Amino acid sequence: MLDWLYSLWPGLETSVTLLSLEPPGWGGNLLRGAMNSLIIALGAFALGCLIGIGGALGKLGGGPVTRDLLAVYTTVVRAVPELILILILYYAGTDLLNQALRAFGYRPVEISGLAAGIGVLGVVQGAYATEVLRGAIQSVPRGQLEAARAYGMTRFQTFRRVTAPAMLPLALPGLSNLWLIATKDTALLAIVGFSELTLETRQAAGSTRAYFTFFLAAGALYLIMTLVSGRIFGWIEARFRRGQAGARA
Amino acid sequence: MKSLFLAGCATLALCAGAASADVVRVGIAAEPYPPFAAPDAAGNWVGWEIEIIGAVCAAAELDCELTPTAWDGIIPALVSGRIDTIMASMSITEDRLQTIDFSDPYYNTPTVIVGQRDMEMDATPEGLAGMVLGVQVSTIHQTYAQTYFEAGSELRTYQTQDEANQDLASGRIDATQADSLAMDDFLNTDAGACCELKGTVAMDEAILGSGVGAGVRKGDDALREALNAGIAAIIADGTYDEITARYFATSIYGQ
Amino acid sequence: MRDFWQPHRIGLIALALGLCVWAALTMRWDWIPRYAGLGLEGLWRTLWLLGLSLVIGFAMALPLGLAQAAGPVWLAAPARWFCTVIRGTPLLLQIWLIYFGLGSLFPQFPAIRQSELWPYLRQAWPYALLALSLSYAGYEGEVMRGAFKSVPHGQLEAARAFGLGRFAVFRRIWLPQALARALPTLGGETVLQLKATPLVATITVIEIYSVASRVRQDTFIIYEPLLLLALVYMAIAGAIALGFRWLERRFTPGLG
Repeated sequence: MLDWLYSLWPGLETSVTLLSLEPPGWGGNLLRGAMNSLIIALGAFALGCLIGIGGALGKLGGGPVTRDLLAVYTTVVRAVPELILILILYYAGTDLLNQALRAFGYRPVEISGLAAGIGVLGVVQGAYATEVLRGAIQSVPRGQLEAARAYGMTRFQTFRRVTAPAMLPLALPGLSNLWLIATKDTALLAIVGFSELTLETRQAAGSTRAYFTFFLAAGALYLIMTLVSGRIFGWIEARFRRGQAGARA
Repeated sequence: MKSLFLAGCATLALCAGAASADVVRVGIAAEPYPPFAAPDAAGNWVGWEIEIIGAVCAAAELDCELTPTAWDGIIPALVSGRIDTIMASMSITEDRLQTIDFSDPYYNTPTVIVGQRDMEMDATPEGLAGMVLGVQVSTIHQTYAQTYFEAGSELRTYQTQDEANQDLASGRIDATQADSLAMDDFLNTDAGACCELKGTVAMDEAILGSGVGAGVRKGDDALREALNAGIAAIIADGTYDEITARYFATSIYGQ
Repeated sequence: MRDFWQPHRIGLIALALGLCVWAALTMRWDWIPRYAGLGLEGLWRTLWLLGLSLVIGFAMALPLGLAQAAGPVWLAAPARWFCTVIRGTPLLLQIWLIYFGLGSLFPQFPAIRQSELWPYLRQAWPYALLALSLSYAGYEGEVMRGAFKSVPHGQLEAARAFGLGRFAVFRRIWLPQALARALPTLGGETVLQLKATPLVATITVIEIYSVASRVRQDTFIIYEPLLLLALVYMAIAGAIALGFRWLERRFTPGLG
């Protein structure tokens, strides 16, 4: 079926063989790597959002010390290359966590590469998410919060019922950008040896010397991931915007 | 706020999960290093060293788990407890012995210079003067090249030996210094047609070490003894020679 | 400035200073003199790679942004695709594709080795510069598209009505306003570009990050070089932020 194409483009047949899903093709490895990348990106994004909510609330409503510490956290993380943060956190993080656990009398835990990857990228994402969410929370009109307080809602209720739903549409563009950064940052874990898409690609390319084929294929996989998730975020945004036409002045 | 922090901690704890203490995590380099250890198209690690790891663990009755780790950070990974032993063609050198311990050696091969066919060179500082020499990062070859060749030649450091070989084939570097068996493997491929063996470098045991051993944390003598026993056992019962014969034409155990 | 010296902050600063002293006393820093020369060379290479890639990348971003904002479809579509592809794939992969992918083609075309470009093609930095520039162009092309579009159309029409030529309108009205609007974003993006430079260490370029890696390999000291490196990057990022703040004050008076 593809014979006429192969005769036009001699390298194509080898590339197709190399990329097929079953051995001797390496396509299966690439897909497994892509799956790992997605899992890490999802985990890191979720962790980043959690840190971001805590950080944003701390920056807005915390005491002076909390606020300053959070400022240091976001400034440092946003100024130091992710690669260096990953190396420091990847090696020192486990060490420090276990020393802390030991100091408090707990048994040290073993952190899997997956958990470490999620943790490290999550801490990086958290700094950016803090800024995104802080901006979004700040732009919720004060009157709405005061009204909620007047109704006798507790702080937590106010956050859950008023602040969170009102700020989400404002935060979504920033968050969707963060998600894209998360998927791309997973590539950095290749440098600490975690077998995600970029490392799988490097292994496949190194073993077969078909560098061009594999890097292009991996690029296509990343592109699909980012384009599809861009669509999904667009859809979510449209949904949350319903009935809030004036929310974004 | 507090509940959020707690939720975060719970997520972390879930991910972490305490693995059983009996599993020995064997760190191998995540970068392919054929014919010793490289992933195949099905995602399994294969090669001489992978089989040796299996045999040693079986003989020592250890429950081993291969843990691919970036070569560049494999010693920090061992020290920080991410892995329990390194079996990744790591030579036993005085420098490394200051940070970690090693088992008895399980192979020993000479270090060679492989260079472009159409260039005149040999494995001496004079013979490589003015050349561009590629080495893999964090290896004895890098240390050796920095000590003997850096004054006269330009050094390039690569994350993997595969990438250095690739640049040798593309002509970006004139020569590379590496392990003789790994280079034999490369010279037998199509890409290796560009190049040939230029010679063996002069011995410097302080840098090049006394063979390849399994790295363990300082003080982890129980594991070191177990690995030593395993290595001795597979040499004694012929498993070692049987595996070697399937990969190499000659013995690679050294003297 | 008076607000800065609150009691708790003095406490925090004292704590931070204490941490620094503790780090200086208990950690190992004896390797610094030996590697200072290499480190400065590496720093210099990081800085010029950054500077040059910013200039080249931005020079490409202007037409990319303009094509998307006001160009005909046959210019706008490829420009949009370029930006999407660059922004949708990891820079590390782009760097490896450009360096190893192109390199793997050399053996098939022996003529390349005879060409006059070969001395440059042999080295790693041209590829690093190309990859970094393309990446910056892709991100900034998108930023400039928004900036060009955000300049009110009435202004351009008014300028035309005053008899200014198309090029004059672009040079004197459109471009300055778009730049002023893009400046705050560009500042952030430039810091991101700085943070991307250590990735070129993976293709054998010796910049400041790879010097720190070398210290780690030579001495088996893990954390100290990384911590010092983090400080260096923070200093450069701070300088970039200050520089852009100065640019903004100078070039955006009266723009809300």
